[in-house]
Order: sequence, then structure tokens, then C-alpha cells
Amino acid sequence: MKLIHILSIIPFVLALGLLPLVNKVQIYVLGMPFLLFWVVIWTVLISGILYVVYKLDPANQ
Amino acid sequence: MNAALIVIIVFICISLYLGVKAKKGRSMDLDEWAVGGRGLGSFFIFILLAGEMNTTFTFLGGSGWAYDKGIPAAYMIIYLPLSIIVMYWLAPAIWKYAKQHKLVSQSDFFKSKYDSRFLGVLVTIIGVISMVPYLVLQLKGLGMIVSVASYGTISSTTAIIIGASILTVYVMISGIHGSAWTAVLKDFMIFFIVLFLGLYLPFHYYGGIQPMFEAVENVKPGFFTLPKEGLSISWFISASLLSAVGGLVWPHLFGAIYSSKSGKAIRKNTIMQPIYSLMLLFVFFVGFTAIEQVPGLKGGEIDLALLQLSIQTFDPWFVGLIGAAGLLTALVPGSMLIMSTATSLSLNVYKEVQPSASNKQVALLAKLLVPVIAIIAVYFTINGGNTIVTLLLLGYGFIAQLLPALLFSFMKRNFVTKYGAAAGMITGVGAVMYTTINNSSFGTLFPSLPSVIKDLDIGIIALFFNVVVMILVSMMTRKLAVSKVDSVDIA
Repeated sequence: MKLIHILSIIPFVLALGLLPLVNKVQIYVLGMPFLLFWVVIWTVLISGILYVVYKLDPANQ
Repeated sequence: MNAALIVIIVFICISLYLGVKAKKGRSMDLDEWAVGGRGLGSFFIFILLAGEMNTTFTFLGGSGWAYDKGIPAAYMIIYLPLSIIVMYWLAPAIWKYAKQHKLVSQSDFFKSKYDSRFLGVLVTIIGVISMVPYLVLQLKGLGMIVSVASYGTISSTTAIIIGASILTVYVMISGIHGSAWTAVLKDFMIFFIVLFLGLYLPFHYYGGIQPMFEAVENVKPGFFTLPKEGLSISWFISASLLSAVGGLVWPHLFGAIYSSKSGKAIRKNTIMQPIYSLMLLFVFFVGFTAIEQVPGLKGGEIDLALLQLSIQTFDPWFVGLIGAAGLLTALVPGSMLIMSTATSLSLNVYKEVQPSASNKQVALLAKLLVPVIAIIAVYFTINGGNTIVTLLLLGYGFIAQLLPALLFSFMKRNFVTKYGAAAGMITGVGAVMYTTINNSSFGTLFPSLPSVIKDLDIGIIALFFNVVVMILVSMMTRKLAVSKVDSVDIA
């Protein structure tokens, strides 16, 4: 398994896997409940991850 | 004639003009009409694929779910970026295979991969019975938005007929080029309107985003925490995963993928698409704001949360702009759906029955089927009642049954036979029908299991049976027919 495959799997594991913990956090971040902030921040991170994957992927030479 | 109506009429004319003008002297053979001659650049592919996220559901369903259910609605934000990761790997492989084999429809893909005409027809049937309810839902949303935003001047039925007529005209004339150009206008409008509404309304009524959330938490304690049962964490995770992979199998998305200039263009496009899905966040802000400002919406009324709040806040001309954006969110996905349905029926049913038909005849029939499909969709939209929601749930469930055979087809040594693929799909469709019609859930089927299992999305059951039957039948029929080994490496 290459780095680009691992990077692609990370959001599935972390964004969804940590939800039981995230659901217990009762604070506001950027004006939003933490769980909503969590899905928003992962949306942005996934964009960044896809940028890195695109740059590392030999298919895009 | 009020200001809202004038604005809506202006945008109806603009969208019709853009849709028809997109033909620009092209000779519309089937390849050009359905997949843009496989020459659409990055910008149009981005608009077609990313814009697919913005249907009438974005306007109505997104704000309605936030209004009614609270934080569980957030699964809609996370599943889209996750589906785009899957798209990064899957879509270029689909594009490459389709280009090599000159495929035009989704059914072509399965027919070619498994070397089975029967599978091509089966996929067409599953695709059509899934897409028509989806098209009906777009028209239903269009009728609702235009009717409310025009302050009742245009009735829902009139709006539906006007919308379907515009669709028919520009799809027949310009095909996917018409969809691409109207999608540009739609996405430009919806981006600014949703962003403005999502920021302005919470500040206007509460003085900010956080005060809005705190006010809602006061009247609905626990609204922003996933409950222990029902729409719980296990439901959230399973629904996100199922939607992330299931949403990629819609036939009209295959059309958008085929029309790309290159696989690289598709991969490049995926980088910005997750950010695009954040538009839903601002739709949710509107839904949350409406909880205290437009209280008491129940049942189907929750879908009107955004429109009702806008009407009590803004001048008619601006409400007209919102209505026009809503109209466009129905037209673009609607045009892709109607085109995919017509192409599949013409190419994968008529051509199978009449193999001697020329490509010109197949293309002509596809175009002539557009008004027929539009009339059927309008009929169901006006007379379908609430059963259409059940049909749409069935549609989503049905179309997801194509996923296992699609994924296995990309294995270097695909052991799934055409018999296994067909048996799996038929079993999955049967399971979806049973669970949807009986309103089953894991809880009703297995009442003694812990809630972590009971809350799982019911769609998992159908996919499970699909995969099991597909593998078993493939093992039994491997000697009967060796599936065509013709794989494209995804990685």
C-alpha cells in the first residue's frame, strides 16, 4: 500500500472513527457546536489531502 | 405582476437562451449530445460534477433537515467529501475504460465489462426506475420553490410544466452542452445566494452565528448532539459511508465522467470539490435560524423553512432571485437525468431489440424520448403525492446495488461472472423493495440487538445480500462462463 492510498483512507478512519469522542465535547468553535465544526474542518482537510495525493500520484505526471 | 415574478421570468429566459445557444454549430451525434464528444475541459467537468451536489434538495431538504432534526443533518456535509475521495480513484478508471471502448451510457459499461447484453439491459432498467423518481423530485422541488417565491402568482403545476418544457427544449437541442452552460449560471447564483443567506439571517435575527446556536440550544436542549438511539452515532457513520459510495453510481454521473477530456482533469477537479460542499453549512445556518423565526413547521412543511424565512425577511425582488436560483437547481440535474434516461433506453434497450439500427437512428430516438420522459415525469410530479419520497428512497437503494459489480470489475482478476453480477443486483433490488415497502429497519428486523446495530442504515442489508449472492453464484458459474478479464488498474 502506497502513501497516497494511506492518505486517502485516513479521513474515513479518523473523521468517522472519532465521532463517539467528538459527540461528547460541548464547546463552540468558530461559533459552531464542536460536532458541526468537526465535519467542517474535515471537509477542508480532505481538500488538502486530495491536493497532496494529486501531487504525489504518478498518474498525474 | 410583482417584482419576484419579473426576476424569475428573466432567469427562465436566460437559462433557455444559454441552454439552446450551447449547441453553437455542433453536429449532435450521440457521442456529442450525450458525452460532449469527450472533450469538456476541467471547468465544465467541475461544474457538472460539483454542481451535482446542488439540487433542489440543497435548497429545500438541507434546510428542512437542519430545522427538524438538528445535528444529524451534518452527515450530508461529511459524506460528500468522503465520496470525492472515492471519486478520485474510481472516476478516472471509469473514464479510461469508457474512452478505450467508446462507451456512452452506464449500461454500456456493465455490458462491456461483463460481456453480457442481459446485464446491460438489467442495469438500464435499474437505472431508469431509479432516475425517474429523482427527476420527479427535482420537478416537485421546482414547483414548490417557484410557487412560493412568486408569492403564488405562478402555481406549482404551471411552474412544473414550464420547467419541464425548458428542460425538453434545451436537452433535445444541445444535450450535455446545454446542461454545462446552465450549470455555470446555476452555480454562480446559488453560491452567492446561499452564502449571503447563511451569514445574513443569523446576524439579522441573533447578532451572530454562535448566539443563534445558543438560542436554539435553549429552546431545544441536545439539538446539537447525536442522540443515543435513532439518528445516533452508528446511524451517522453508516449513512455517511453508504451515501459516500452509493451516490457515485448514478447513471447521469457516468455521463459527466465520460464527457471529460482526460482522467487527469477529473483528478484535478476533486481537489476543490470538498470545499464546494461547504455550501450546505450555510443552508443549515438558515434552517437553524428558522427554528425560532418560523416555528411550528411539521411534516412536508419543513422543506419550506428557507423560503418562508426569506419571504418574511426580504423584499420581493430578492425573493425572486432565490426562486430563480431554486429553479436552476432543478433544471441542471433534471437535464442530466432526462438525458441519461433517454440515452440508456435508446442505446441499451432499443438497439438490443433492433441491432440493425444505425447510430443516427439511435441518436434520433434518444432525442425523441426526451419529451416522452418529461411528460411521464410531469404526470408523476403532479399526481404522485407523497409516494414519490418512497420511490426516491427505493431509487437510491436500487442504484447502490450496482456498486459491488462495479468495484469487482476493476479487480486485476475479476472472479465475478456475469451471472453472479446479475444475481447480486436482482437480490439487492429485492431486499431494498422489501425493507422500503415494509418500512423496515435493523431495529424492526432484529429487535433484540443492541442499539449500536439497530441504528445502522438499513441499506447495508441489501448490499450484504447482494455481495453474498454475487460471490456464491459466481463460484457456481465460473466454469459456465469466464467473465471477460479486461481490467483497468485503479491505482
